[in-house]
Amino acid sequence: MMHVLPYLVAAYIFLTGCYGLATSRNLIHAIGCLAVCQSSTYVLLLAVGYQDGATAPVFSDLRPGSRPVVDPVVQALTLTDIVVGATVTALLLALVLQIAKRHGTVDPDELRELRG
Amino acid sequence: MHHLLPLLVAVPLLGAALLVAVGHRLPRIAAEITGFVVSGATAALALVLLLNSSPPMVEWVGGWLPVGGESVGIVVVGDGPALGMAALVSLLTLAALAYSWRYFEEPPRGHRGAFTALMLAFQGAMCGFAIAGDLFNAFVFFELMSVTAYALTGYRIDDAKAVQGALTFGVVNSLGAYAMLLGIGLLYARTGELSMAKIGRGLDAAAGHGGPDALVLASFVLVLTGLLVKAAAVPFHFWLPDAHAVAPTPVCMLLSGVMVELGVYGVWRVYGTVFAGPGGIPAADLTRALVTLGTLTAATAAVMCWYQRHIKRLLAYSTVAHTGLFLVGIGVLTPEGDDGVALYIIGHAGVKAALFACAGVLLDRYGSVDEHTLHGRARELRTTAVLFAVGALGLAGLPPFGVALGKAVTEEAVGGPLTAVYVAASAITAGAVLRVTARVFLGLGPRPQDADSDLETSGAGEEPETAGLLSRIPDTMTTVPALLLAAAFAVGVGPGFGDLVARSVNEAGSGGAHASVHWTLPGVLLGLASTALAVALGGLAVTRPHWTTAPDWARPLRRLQSGHVGDYVAWLLMGATVLGALALPGVLGG
Repeated sequence: MMHVLPYLVAAYIFLTGCYGLATSRNLIHAIGCLAVCQSSTYVLLLAVGYQDGATAPVFSDLRPGSRPVVDPVVQALTLTDIVVGATVTALLLALVLQIAKRHGTVDPDELRELRG
Repeated sequence: MHHLLPLLVAVPLLGAALLVAVGHRLPRIAAEITGFVVSGATAALALVLLLNSSPPMVEWVGGWLPVGGESVGIVVVGDGPALGMAALVSLLTLAALAYSWRYFEEPPRGHRGAFTALMLAFQGAMCGFAIAGDLFNAFVFFELMSVTAYALTGYRIDDAKAVQGALTFGVVNSLGAYAMLLGIGLLYARTGELSMAKIGRGLDAAAGHGGPDALVLASFVLVLTGLLVKAAAVPFHFWLPDAHAVAPTPVCMLLSGVMVELGVYGVWRVYGTVFAGPGGIPAADLTRALVTLGTLTAATAAVMCWYQRHIKRLLAYSTVAHTGLFLVGIGVLTPEGDDGVALYIIGHAGVKAALFACAGVLLDRYGSVDEHTLHGRARELRTTAVLFAVGALGLAGLPPFGVALGKAVTEEAVGGPLTAVYVAASAITAGAVLRVTARVFLGLGPRPQDADSDLETSGAGEEPETAGLLSRIPDTMTTVPALLLAAAFAVGVGPGFGDLVARSVNEAGSGGAHASVHWTLPGVLLGLASTALAVALGGLAVTRPHWTTAPDWARPLRRLQSGHVGDYVAWLLMGATVLGALALPGVLGG
């Protein structure tokens, strides 16, 4: 059960973020929800690399092979993922700012010019 | 030779960095020439590598070679399809840069060269996605090309519609990308590998004699969700018309011509390398999923395309309809289908980019892309009218355009009733473009009446992208579409070109089976039939304008395109569920 739990948590976080996005009444909140969706990928990736009783893969005070370590690859992936996420969030928030200036609202229910 | 592969990404990215760093100190012309040189050099490199891509090249970036079969390095693959896509991306970027030569109003001080820099970054990211040999880098380049595309779509930040379309584009595509990353995480959990080929082998080894299990199905659905969002398959497609309607015209040429097609390419690559083995998703399930979604996409988008009056949105829906046809073509999993789709994509890129370029002429000359208000106003633009009409005929699949050759080969591969889908979807979308030609450039037929304006985006009263309305059309804005159409024509008539494409596609995939590609009598007849149908539909629409008013049964379909980003997210989740249901039987059976 303990091994399935992180995956269930990741799925829950992703779906929560999607629910927030679908029902959002404010675009800043929507971008926040997108960031929530993304944090599910951090949980999933770190859970994939986890091992019981293993330590951090830092070999400055650790002889290689003396202890099990958690998978450093997924940690590198997570770091890259965070960088990607920061870029996306920053750009989308900048667009929201511009929407607020041009439309005078950030409520998606009122931004419906592009349709049909 | 294979050491040069990473340069396809590095050269445009360095060019972009250079322009961002010193672009504001350069005179405008120097910044644009720099962009031109960098983009052209990358295109030349891609073509040289493409000509040497047999046997396929593999490069471990930075010399991080695998040790004892284990690797942590970044792998890029240079086979025919990958380098072919990279070459197509680069040539189209070059065309878009040429089209936008001294195009935008002088950007604000301190940001000179920003547009060119973004275009180069976009080019580098798309090349990177095409040649990525491992899934995580495919994700990173996928996100990089998405982010640059959002920025380019919202480039005119003072235009209210542009920023809104860019945001919708951003939210939906990023959500798709995160779904893809979840899928990649699951695949890594199962196999401990990131390189596509090794994940494929790992899945087969892990499955043993059993078939795929729930984890494989979940990762398949998640990865394909991301790629199908990019490929704009129904019901993941809602972002595309919004983004294409508002993006600057040179950007539309790239978005419609090649970025969306990279999603289709990604599906082909990931299925063929990762999920095609006995531990992956059975062929019958993939065929069911892609043919169902593809047919649905083609049908929905053809209807939506027909009832548009906003010319750029009309062209955007035509792109959606055609990606539906591409998905059906790769979905049948035959070498002929793959070859046909490859040719279809090349021909479509030329034709669609040319059509967008002509729509841009209308926008910059009249400040409108509305079929109704432009009725008869563009009679003076003779050259553009001819180009638009030729583009429409090419889109319909008039032999010997490259589109027609690709479509004929694909139709033969899918066979049966699906052929009708190809003929109908291409005839309806091309018929709509011909209708626009007749009304806008020739002023034929009565002036259409405005109806149900709550349900549509008109496209009237747009800001031109150039500094003020153009009084005369610059030569670049007619030469570029003419060259693109000539290229699309050459794809169909170039002796041996079809076979060359087929050979390099089959060498990289299709289980090593070789198919030969050539014009056949049924193919030519089907192409002529869809062209005739398109002309007939265009003519009927012009003489009987009520044909273009959406009837009651089409209104709910138009209402789905609600312009609300939350709705599009809900549709994305729904689409992922449908994809899972379509692929489920094979997993249950295994």
